Amino acid sequence: MEKRKKAFSVRHISETLRSMKEDTQFANDRLRWISNVKNFILSLFRLAIIIGICYVILGPVIGIISSSFFSDTDRYNPMVYLIPQDPTLERYKMAMKYLDYWKTMGGSLLYSLSLMIIQVLVCSMVGYGFARFNFPFKKLLFACVVVMIVIPTNTIMLPLYMTFSKFDVFGIIEAVTGSSVNLLGTPAPMFLMTFLGCGLRSGLYIYMFNQFFRGLPKEIEEAAFVDGAGTWYTYFRIMLVNAMPSVITVAIFSMVWQYNDTFYAKLFLISDNIVISKKISTIEASISNVEKILDPTILELFLDAGIVLIMIPIVLIYVALQKQFIEGVERSGIVG
Amino acid sequence: MKTKNAAIKKKRSLSQRRAMKGFLFILPWFIGFVWFYARSMFMTIQFSFSEMTVNPGGGYTLEFVGLKNFLYAFRAHATYKQILTTSIGNMLIDVPLIIFFSLFMALLLNRKFKGRTLVRAIFFLPVILNSEAILSAMNLARNMMSGGISSASAELAEAASGSGVSIDYYIQMFTALGLPETIIEYISGAVGRISDIISASGVQIIIFIAALQSIPGSMYEVAKIEGATAYETFWKVTIPMVMPHVITNMVYTVVDSFVRSDVVELAYDTAFKYYDYGLSSVFSFVSTLLTCLILVVVCGLIQKRTFYYN
Repeated sequence: MEKRKKAFSVRHISETLRSMKEDTQFANDRLRWISNVKNFILSLFRLAIIIGICYVILGPVIGIISSSFFSDTDRYNPMVYLIPQDPTLERYKMAMKYLDYWKTMGGSLLYSLSLMIIQVLVCSMVGYGFARFNFPFKKLLFACVVVMIVIPTNTIMLPLYMTFSKFDVFGIIEAVTGSSVNLLGTPAPMFLMTFLGCGLRSGLYIYMFNQFFRGLPKEIEEAAFVDGAGTWYTYFRIMLVNAMPSVITVAIFSMVWQYNDTFYAKLFLISDNIVISKKISTIEASISNVEKILDPTILELFLDAGIVLIMIPIVLIYVALQKQFIEGVERSGIVG
Repeated sequence: MKTKNAAIKKKRSLSQRRAMKGFLFILPWFIGFVWFYARSMFMTIQFSFSEMTVNPGGGYTLEFVGLKNFLYAFRAHATYKQILTTSIGNMLIDVPLIIFFSLFMALLLNRKFKGRTLVRAIFFLPVILNSEAILSAMNLARNMMSGGISSASAELAEAASGSGVSIDYYIQMFTALGLPETIIEYISGAVGRISDIISASGVQIIIFIAALQSIPGSMYEVAKIEGATAYETFWKVTIPMVMPHVITNMVYTVVDSFVRSDVVELAYDTAFKYYDYGLSSVFSFVSTLLTCLILVVVCGLIQKRTFYYN
């Protein structure tokens, strides 16, 4: 009797053990399965969000591009959506003609490129000065850089307008030529301001360069100093080369923002022929005046074509330098 | 003479010479700042307290009128108060949304997945295409694309009574769940303005991605070894490390939304269409002051809760 009981209990225990073993295996499988499903659902969710937001960003761009190919009949036909029935290049021809495209584009690119070069040189210099040298009132002066970022340019637009409409340096120009100069209507104010480190968003660029230079090891300069390099040589041939990620980021930012800028262009009355983003705002009016097209919905199509035309160079620059740009932003000093 | 110069040169210590050189580096900026910024800010304040008449031969004369311009702006001007309050209200609503949205997007984009470069390139497109003309054309196109379809589908939905997506239905559902109405309104409003929020948060996403990448990986390792879940890791490691950059983003967002606001436009029109320079200066001055005040208060509040790693 006792023997049987024992046997039973042994069998029982071994059975329980086996079933437990199976159970854990089952539980493991189930856990793995659950986590797989969870990951799958999460990545599906992420995909949905990313696709949705990409659509929100790209949607209008697609809309502009497609409607720039619309002909009149397509515009009036309510059944036509995004894909034109008989596409036409008429809009581009007209937009090119009224923008005087090649000439204006060349002028704008030259204008923003030259400002970009000045911007990079001056801002990197100032950023380097703040990052590596100690001089009295340094903290206060750097606070002024931050003030430049924080204070919107709109606050000082009137005085700037006044300054450049009667431009003079301590009365020297008036003493020599008899009257002060009106610099409005020329790109000179923009160049002067950029050259003196106060151009479009210069404060931000100075800040970025400062942060980047502070992150570079000091040994580089010490080595250069020991090898007999002067300060300026060190800066141009060593520091600036090392700061390439920052330089590329600032270069793209400043080039593109300068190209897009209409605030300063309007304020300083800079000619339309070198600021294409300003010229585009008059294209509808001039086409309607000269070509006698009065329907605003049709005029919009010309505007769309013009917008595509002015977007092309920026998008090309961006696509070409996209990788360096994003990596540069990540590595360079926007973040302290 | 030469020896004297040399003697003077020798007298300066190395650090003094370094200081001189450093000052030379920042000299162009310093001149520019004093000439264009400091002087202009002073002039703006001066203009706002005076009546300006432009002389026919060029130049202008200022006549001190005290608070007259301010009183006019706040008591008599037809739209200023309204525009100012709506602009600031919009700013206060938008800033937290933009910050949360860009943090969320940065977390998503920081992961490794297929096509990440492409997605990132698309996300930074609004930073590149921020010209006034392009933006207004994009708005038109957006209305064209969504307006055409959604108005048509709304009609259809009404005809078919209840098929199709109705926002009201979801709003009712959430109200039934017991969420407070203000929150629901806030969120549904945010969803309605999603395209504005996305286009305003390009730079912020970049900053947050950079911040996330600057967190040392060893911190996550430690958290993992100590047995923290992903949720805990996020709140105890990621958020505190990103917090300092929230301030940077906050400053950027506030200034950016101020520059885009209607107050700026009003100030511009007042100056260059109606030639009332004093009033325009008041508009700029007051709104700048308010923006700075908001910045100081918000940054002060966050700074208290911020932990600085370095």
